[in-house]
Amino acid sequence: MNLNAVAAIYKFEMARTFRTLMQSIISPVISTSLYFVVFGAAIGSRIQEVDGVSYGAFIVPGLIMLTLLQQSLTNAAFGIYFPKFTGTIYELLSAPISPIEIVLGYVGAAATKSIALGLIILATATLFVDLRIEHPLWMILFLVLTAVTFAMFGFIIGIWADGFEKLQIVPLLIVTPLAFLGGSFYSISMLPEFWQDVSLVNPVVYLISGFRWAFYGTSDVSIGVSLAMTLVFLGATLAAVTYIFKTGWRLKS
Amino acid sequence: MPRNRKLDASRLPTFLAALAAYVAGSSRRRARTNCDRSNLMQSTNVAHPILAVRGVSKTYEGGFQALKSIDLQIARGEIFALLGPNGAGKTTLISIICGIVNLSAGEITVDGHDIGRNYRAARSKIGLVPQELTTDAFETVFDTVSFSRGLFGKNKNPAHIEKVLRDLSLWDKRDNKIMTLSGGMKRRVLIAKALSHEPELLFLDEPTAGVDVALRREMWEVVRKLRENGVTIILTTHYIEEAEMMADRIGVISGGELILVEEKAELMRKLGHKELILHLQEPLSDVPPGFSDYDLSVSADGSMLTYSYDTNAERTGIGSLMRRLAEEGIRFRDLSTKQSTLEEIFVNLVEDRP
Ligand SMILES: Nc1ncnc2c1ncn2[C@@H]1O[C@H](COP(=O)(O)OP(=O)(O)OP(=O)(O)O)[C@@H](O)[C@H]1O
Ligand SMILES: [Mg+2]
Repeated sequence: MNLNAVAAIYKFEMARTFRTLMQSIISPVISTSLYFVVFGAAIGSRIQEVDGVSYGAFIVPGLIMLTLLQQSLTNAAFGIYFPKFTGTIYELLSAPISPIEIVLGYVGAAATKSIALGLIILATATLFVDLRIEHPLWMILFLVLTAVTFAMFGFIIGIWADGFEKLQIVPLLIVTPLAFLGGSFYSISMLPEFWQDVSLVNPVVYLISGFRWAFYGTSDVSIGVSLAMTLVFLGATLAAVTYIFKTGWRLKS
Repeated sequence: MPRNRKLDASRLPTFLAALAAYVAGSSRRRARTNCDRSNLMQSTNVAHPILAVRGVSKTYEGGFQALKSIDLQIARGEIFALLGPNGAGKTTLISIICGIVNLSAGEITVDGHDIGRNYRAARSKIGLVPQELTTDAFETVFDTVSFSRGLFGKNKNPAHIEKVLRDLSLWDKRDNKIMTLSGGMKRRVLIAKALSHEPELLFLDEPTAGVDVALRREMWEVVRKLRENGVTIILTTHYIEEAEMMADRIGVISGGELILVEEKAELMRKLGHKELILHLQEPLSDVPPGFSDYDLSVSADGSMLTYSYDTNAERTGIGSLMRRLAEEGIRFRDLSTKQSTLEEIFVNLVEDRP
């Protein structure tokens, strides 16, 4: 195991984060606060409790997930796309490192950043609503698993993308809709039956449901299923990354 | 009797090992004293090559064949110059060895390690300075060079990084962001990155392109120092005088084929033509009759007579030519000789190809 390489990549990526620290922290904090003002205060005051939790508190796990998904994805995608774009990837390809080590460096850094952001948003949320976390360890587990899974997904997108548009299109056209339709702001049980069934195809449903269960002990799908689906998704991204490095797809001519 | 035979057989490997060690040792000694090593090294087969390329071909995705069954062996400690026109396949070959481009066929070992199956061991010995100026922008010089060292699995060693930066006159710029450097300085940053992890085999893909004269000399100095420390160097260049000055051996690649691999001295000797130029006292309008045995030509103004001869030939013919000229009463004020440069040899080689 070339741990020095993992550390070098991780440090490099974290330095990139710290260079843009202000914008990486401030913008999600501001947008989360806006969600609270609009959904939590303005609309939430007219909505009854959901599953025995005030609406403002109910949306907190969903909001954190929303940021977590977007940040993990875009960070990891950018992290690997940029060297490809500038050509500095030559060094990565010529170094004595295994795919696992490359992934650990990039995905680890992207996940670290988005987990930190998730926790910052959690702290921000306590300013607006009363929060309780019934299963803190599960909360952390889902936070980490989701961050890692979507960072892996982002990493694959970064390798696949051959232009900046493609880099932005996936988060914009796929992840954000999935997160919104995945129950960030409502319980799946509030939907008509047909749409409930459709929602079960959406992987984000399981992430948000499991995460919310860790907070309030209530969920749309059982915690076991949530965990299993998350792990399946993680496994799929792992398999894809292994294939990519084995063949040099989009990395080597 | 059987006992004797047994003894001989068991001694043979020891003897061979000792012989190999002796040859390796003496070649290193000679390298240091900068001797002509033409007698020692074979041009294609090397005893324990640091790099062995066997039957390597490359066909790019579009179907373009950039390399056609390349065979090449590089001895430890030598400087090898790869020459060839634009698009010949130099960068492709280097990229394949370094793991940046997949090969289509063939086999490559670095110090005995296969670059595919045993990529970790192979790559950790290699340093690469790419042709393109591809650097980060926002990192500082020191950070980017340290990053490279980490990437190659080496523990931190600020003292080594400092030495590399000082050797390349980058120490003053260590805290500058790379984007604030000039093109030549960026090139040096790339070299520093490649040297950060103390490679045994260094690839320099046009290291002196876009580098000013003073700096080029500095770089040659760095290359010489590296060689003294036993680093093997493979470089490509379009400045042929550079290859002529630096290299022990020269390979010429054209159209994806390695058309020649030769000791530099041998190459110059084999392909070298020499010219004897006579500055005449009285101009000639044409080559005098009766001299058709000699390869002679008269300059446009008739003031010079040039005799081309092969340095390899048994007899150069100079003596007899002189006698004949004296007999004919052709006298000259002065004479000079000129040897073809590597550049002329190279141009002839590449142009002769269909
Ligand atoms: N990624 C690629 N896809 C398709 N063809 C390529 C690719 N890279 C290089 N080639 C082609 O392969 C041939 C060899 O290119 P290469 O870069 O190895 O040449 P070179 O000898 O380094 O030339 P130069 O002196 O200009 O650097 C060229 O014809 C080039 O167009
Ligand atoms: Mg080239």
